[in-house]
Amino acid sequence: MSVLAEIKDGLVCGDDERVSELTQQAIEQGLSPQEILSESLIGGMTIVGERFKEHEIFLPDVLLAAKAMHAGMEVLRPLLIDAGIPSIGKVVLGSVQGDLHDIGKNLVGILLKGAGFEVIDLGNDVAPQSFVDAAKERGASVIGMSALLTTTMPTMAKVVDLVKERKLDSRIKTIVGGAPVSEMFAREIGADAYGFDAANAVDRVKSLTTA
Amino acid sequence: MRPVVKFLSDELIEKIVSEARSILATLGIEIHNNGIVSMLADHGARVDTGSGRVFITDEIVDKALKAAPRSFKLFDLFGRETHDLSGYNVHFTPGSAAINVLDYATNDIHRPTTKDYVDYMKVISGLGHIASQSTAFIPGDVHQNISDSYRLFLSLMHCEKPVVTGTFTIDAFNIMRDLQLAVRGTKEELAAKPLTVFSCCPTAPLKWSDVTSQNVVDCALHSIPVEYISMPLSGFVAPVTLVGSLVQHTAETLSGLVISQLTNPGTPILYGGSPAIFDVRYETTPMGAVETMMIDCAYNEIGKYLGLPTQAYIALSDAKRLDAQAGSESSMGATLAALAGVNNISGPGMLDFESCISLEKLVVDNEICGEVLRMVRGIEPKEDFPAIPLFEELLKDQHLLISKHTRKYLKDEHYFPGPAIDRANRSRWQEEGGITLRERAHEQVNKLIADYVPPSLPEDVRSELTSLMDKEARRYGMDRLPHYDL
Ligand code: B1M
Repeated sequence: MSVLAEIKDGLVCGDDERVSELTQQAIEQGLSPQEILSESLIGGMTIVGERFKEHEIFLPDVLLAAKAMHAGMEVLRPLLIDAGIPSIGKVVLGSVQGDLHDIGKNLVGILLKGAGFEVIDLGNDVAPQSFVDAAKERGASVIGMSALLTTTMPTMAKVVDLVKERKLDSRIKTIVGGAPVSEMFAREIGADAYGFDAANAVDRVKSLTTA
Repeated sequence: MRPVVKFLSDELIEKIVSEARSILATLGIEIHNNGIVSMLADHGARVDTGSGRVFITDEIVDKALKAAPRSFKLFDLFGRETHDLSGYNVHFTPGSAAINVLDYATNDIHRPTTKDYVDYMKVISGLGHIASQSTAFIPGDVHQNISDSYRLFLSLMHCEKPVVTGTFTIDAFNIMRDLQLAVRGTKEELAAKPLTVFSCCPTAPLKWSDVTSQNVVDCALHSIPVEYISMPLSGFVAPVTLVGSLVQHTAETLSGLVISQLTNPGTPILYGGSPAIFDVRYETTPMGAVETMMIDCAYNEIGKYLGLPTQAYIALSDAKRLDAQAGSESSMGATLAALAGVNNISGPGMLDFESCISLEKLVVDNEICGEVLRMVRGIEPKEDFPAIPLFEELLKDQHLLISKHTRKYLKDEHYFPGPAIDRANRSRWQEEGGITLRERAHEQVNKLIADYVPPSLPEDVRSELTSLMDKEARRYGMDRLPHYDL
């Protein structure tokens, strides 16, 4: 098995130590950081995502794989930065103002990180202004909002409006989710995407950042 | 004998409580409310200002346990006793607070409006086995800042049963208190005859938010009963083992007890919760999982061991429609909770992980509750001994249909569910339209709505409630509330 395939295998098995060691080995063998990232790490996470969707593996397996991905990224990051290769995307994430539910949002964050995104988690009870300010200051291309209360959902519309008001909508996309939120609601408020669960959120963020 | 189900030995309960106590004393609990943190510090709790953790010693827990009432009663709109929350008494209350309502016509969900809420009031008023109402969902046709108080207003205007409710913010408590004062007249009368129970949730693991902890304090200051709704999610934000989840539930609930009893010793509380296992396949919190129900029954045993009245979110289902899953999960929950002696059982009407109410399901669940309430009355001899005279009568007449013994005990011994639950023979069932459970339940919903008689609230109370709610609505720019246009 090539070292790239071995990394991928280690990631799928959720073995962070093995992924870290093998990534180091791959670098020493002269493989390019870009190749290791896309072929082994992102490639591995894609397999994990598919197996999860097919109910072949469960959430803890995905989280272990995400942890292994993270371990590989730790080794790769300095080289990627040196080579001027940007991260696959930055996402500002939070539960909207008035909402203290954060379990779903945290899961979305973990899986986004696992898929290679840089996640700026603003926590819960986040004011509209703070989402937009953070995205602008940190150069994020996606704002992800979570709401679990019907009473806090309207705040999502405020964030979407604020992005438009500040004329940032060409470079900052919005995604919403949470138990009371739906595809239709997302469309109504003009959000760019809706995610029905954490894995789906990752897919939607990927399509927002590659669009 | 009243049948009882138990999952824990006394020895295991003691171990769980003792581990929970050491967690409170050594790891502490994070409380995001400065007022409460300093109140607890005044009572001798050590506070780590950096992490916001408060370390609650055994002495403080004991003080709270000593102060907490062993039981309390609830009273309806007119001050009549409806609930004796003590011992193994059980009462049912609809699940709350749903995000959606299941629409009968489309079999799909929609966001509730005032009309849905008033229909719900009419239905719950006619359901005899569900002793209280709950503010079961949030009408979406009013400003979001009044949607929690508005549902309590509608409840008090339309149904005489006591209310299980809660607020979404600190501020909304004031109007929700004032509405109750309008009904009872004075603070003292409200304290003497509680009309509502407020659900207040710690955040797993081992944390209290500003809003929910302040709700506990505000309720305590007015002797308004609180049910603690601790939600360890096993395997996610709580240990995967049921025992580990129980340790966490105990620590979180005891911390809530400490907040209320140190604020106002003797204020009524329910040792409650809404724990769930976490389904790692679907990222959901199944209320219909058997393990969820086992945790519910077990923490109820711990509450009883501590001498406190109990509550649980249990007689409900994760099904999306009124189907066999809905029936089986709700029945299993109702049965187990009643056998365990959970004093206030929340759940009827609820589907989809506590997020959808169906009026048809409420009707079906009411019948399930009726059966369960019959079951826990158990088996008792009723002029059955000596047996010979009754059997002589049977042998003589070849039936006991009109015997004195039958007439005296028929309604006591046999509970007759219906019209949702079907017991007709096939031909009669066919003759009467051959309709399904869902259709029968729907007919009953329509009948209850048509037959509804509003509670005869004195005019001055009615206008006080209305003017309080109108004033609150105007604060948020609403000049006319939708209930006027029904
Ligand atoms: C960025 O893009 C995306 C994309 C996808 C996204 C996304 C963002 N965010 C989420 N997703 C999606 O991916 C996730 C993974 O699959 C999913 O996230 P979820 O969050 O849906 O799923 C999680 C993995 C598991 N699910 C959950 O964590 C939520 C479960 C339920 C039971 C729930 C919980 C656990 C809690 N609660 Co509360 N809670 C309920 C919930 C019932 C329900 N049906 O949802 C709900 C939402 N709560 C409710 C209520 C009323 C409340 N809660 C409260 C408190 C709590 C706890 C603290 C106890 C706890 C939260 C702990 C925490 N740290 O988050 C209070 C809220 C205070 C406040 N201001 O926020 C309080 C107001 C209760 C009170 N009176 O104190 C109800 C809302 C009613 C309504 N109509 O709005 C509720 C439906 C329960 C009920 N029936 O009463 C997807 O939605």
